[in-house]
Amino acid sequence: MLRHALGKTFRFLGYTVQYGCIAHCAFEYLGGIVVCSGPSMEPTIQNSDIVFSENLSRHFYCIRKGDIVIVKSPNDPKSNICKRVIGLEGDKVCTSNPSDFLKSHSYVPKGHVWLEGDNLRNSTDSRYYGPVPYGLIRGRIWLKIWPLNDFGFLRASPNGHRFLDD
Amino acid sequence: LRSPRNPEQKIIKRVIALEGDIIKTIGYKKKYVKVPHGHIWVEGDHHGHSFDSNAFGPVSLGLLHARATHILWPPHRWQKLQPALPPERKPLRREQE
Repeated sequence: MLRHALGKTFRFLGYTVQYGCIAHCAFEYLGGIVVCSGPSMEPTIQNSDIVFSENLSRHFYCIRKGDIVIVKSPNDPKSNICKRVIGLEGDKVCTSNPSDFLKSHSYVPKGHVWLEGDNLRNSTDSRYYGPVPYGLIRGRIWLKIWPLNDFGFLRASPNGHRFLDD
Repeated sequence: LRSPRNPEQKIIKRVIALEGDIIKTIGYKKKYVKVPHGHIWVEGDHHGHSFDSNAFGPVSLGLLHARATHILWPPHRWQKLQPALPPERKPLRREQE
């Protein structure tokens, strides 16, 4: 009787470890579900929206200009931030705020990206902490699943004027 | 840690200063640097021949990958890596805990 219970326990533990490993690999290399908070990506992503993220783009280095990415915060490694990629390495970006009279530009250094939230008035992004190393990117958001009335692929940036063509 | 200049590459350096410390730099654009919050200052042991924070500045903690503890190969260099800060690279002012 006891041996039967013991066998069951070990089998259960075995399954837990197996599924735990698979889940970890899936979240690390494939992607997962993310709950976003904060106003910096409005109107594209509102507070408490739930989105799907995928990690394959960052492993294969095909993050494009205009993608929305989840990035480890440069100033707080324990938290993640969600922003749009405005410039890749070598691109020219506008570092001044839209309200400034004199516009300043700079080039994104090698191995870095320039991030901005869609809600330019209420977003701390690269305009505040500078270009972000590519190695901090955790994944790319490609699908919004909640709220259901806004289900679907994410819209293009409402701030097309921030993308400077070479 | 992942290299800030080339995300495909991992580099191995020594941690010289943590966030809040003020250190004197070797060949960096600013002579004295206060390490910002969430960042660290790394240097190679071979000063002058190392691509480290003296070239690319303080690195974000999120780029950290792992800590090197031992050298395994070649066998005649088998050793435990000592976490030792060279005395001439000590920070000028340590942030109070």
